Amino acid sequence: MSASAHPDAPAADTATVDLVLIVNGRPQQLTLDLRTSLLDALREHLHLTGTKKGCDHGQCGACTLLVNGRRINSCLTLAVMHEGDEIVTIEGLGSPEAMHPLQAAFIARDGFQCGYCTPGQICSAVGMLAEAKDGAPSHVTADVALPTVTLTDEEIRERMSGNICRCSAYPNIVAAIRDIAKGRGP
Amino acid sequence: MRAFTYERATDPAAAVAAAAGAGAKFISGGTNLLDLMKLDIEQPTHLIDISRLPLRDIEAVPDGGLRIGAQAKNSDVSADIRVRTLYPVLSQALVAGASGQLRNKASIGGNLVQRTRCPYFYYGAAAGCNKRNPGSGCAAMGGVNRVHAILGASDACIATHPSDMAVALVALDARINLLGPNDVTRCVAISDFYQLPGDTPHIETVLRPGEMITGVVLPSPPPGGQVYRKVRDRASYAFALVSVAAIVATERGVISHARVAFGGVAPKPWRAAEAEAALVGRPATMATYRSAASAALSQAVGRGHNNFKIELAKRTLCRTLAHGAELGLRRPNDR
Repeated sequence: MSASAHPDAPAADTATVDLVLIVNGRPQQLTLDLRTSLLDALREHLHLTGTKKGCDHGQCGACTLLVNGRRINSCLTLAVMHEGDEIVTIEGLGSPEAMHPLQAAFIARDGFQCGYCTPGQICSAVGMLAEAKDGAPSHVTADVALPTVTLTDEEIRERMSGNICRCSAYPNIVAAIRDIAKGRGP
Repeated sequence: MRAFTYERATDPAAAVAAAAGAGAKFISGGTNLLDLMKLDIEQPTHLIDISRLPLRDIEAVPDGGLRIGAQAKNSDVSADIRVRTLYPVLSQALVAGASGQLRNKASIGGNLVQRTRCPYFYYGAAAGCNKRNPGSGCAAMGGVNRVHAILGASDACIATHPSDMAVALVALDARINLLGPNDVTRCVAISDFYQLPGDTPHIETVLRPGEMITGVVLPSPPPGGQVYRKVRDRASYAFALVSVAAIVATERGVISHARVAFGGVAPKPWRAAEAEAALVGRPATMATYRSAASAALSQAVGRGHNNFKIELAKRTLCRTLAHGAELGLRRPNDR
């Protein structure tokens, strides 16, 4: 990392940083304006446009991806803060020829209409299923002290509430995720 | 977004030293700060990335409590089995806030110092916001103030503190560990950490220049059933209109211990000592809860659109106390 580091240094409009992100398993060398969000680094610099920009303020979830296995909003974090991190986008989960089970389930269940929120929905579901497998409680978990959770539809809806779908494909999104959670994918 | 310089702190002392410069700010999860920078509300010229500091552990402390590193993620803490079994109100409050994605990013320290979501602070400062531009007035006072404070506010500011987690921490008597310049450490009770707006709503905490939150210490859990209840406009992913953290213990039908805190109604997570005094030694009945609710809201002031919050807070408190007493009865002292 070569960012200017002195606290009293005046902020320069051209302040840039060299860094490496591990994106979908491949190291990527980048030179970025320090202000670049992780989302913009992927879309504008690596041309991985599967990750979508919706609100750009952490309110819609369209930019959800996985960092070191956990789901986050890529619009509300700086690329420079993720130097060396393992980033997985929708492009890294699967391809049309070799789909991730959740991608196949979204198609089988018609879990979208316009499709803009779908990459975020699927990345979020991957992270969410891992959290549930670890027994993490949610707002609708009756007793947070119990070490395991059962992914009811109510649990799926609550845990996916950070992903907005303005086409309102929610029933089929829940159905697709339920299929995978119960091991009944297409 | 305005330009800034950046450094990644390698240890807590270096982070604090770097924060001495004008315009410097710590960044951890970034979920609130970057949002505010995009809107030009926060304008740091230097960011000190503290997210990789070794302050992420959750450890038992000798007196039976728990110390949570300030860099622990909200989701790390809500999922920790010791938190879930000994401090379920904290786990419940954490999962009541934000979304799964945001909780995976947001730190415990950052949660404490997040800024209000008053719409005038965010989007309407041109109409007057003393928190954004001291002396410019408060447009919320005569504006659309449905989400605003009914307790602890001033004529200068009626914004609420948005955290759910902090409400549970207030009920649990948490303490906040701080590190300042020259290795000066101090430990502040969370009830003393936040400042009421008065004439200076832009000053929100007792944090000194350059001071960094290093951790939160929970004393051993108080006796009783613990409940966090949040009321909001939609079922998930929304800020509280009213929330209550309650811890209630009963012995033979009489309340022996009570802790009560409100969220969504005040400029800081609001401990309701009057309610606690009205509960202890009284029968665990709805009549007692109603008198405690009246005591808790006796100083409440509605500003128009938010008048409904006074009754809503009373009813939410009664429901939460009843639930807490039921849990405290069923499983005394063990959680």
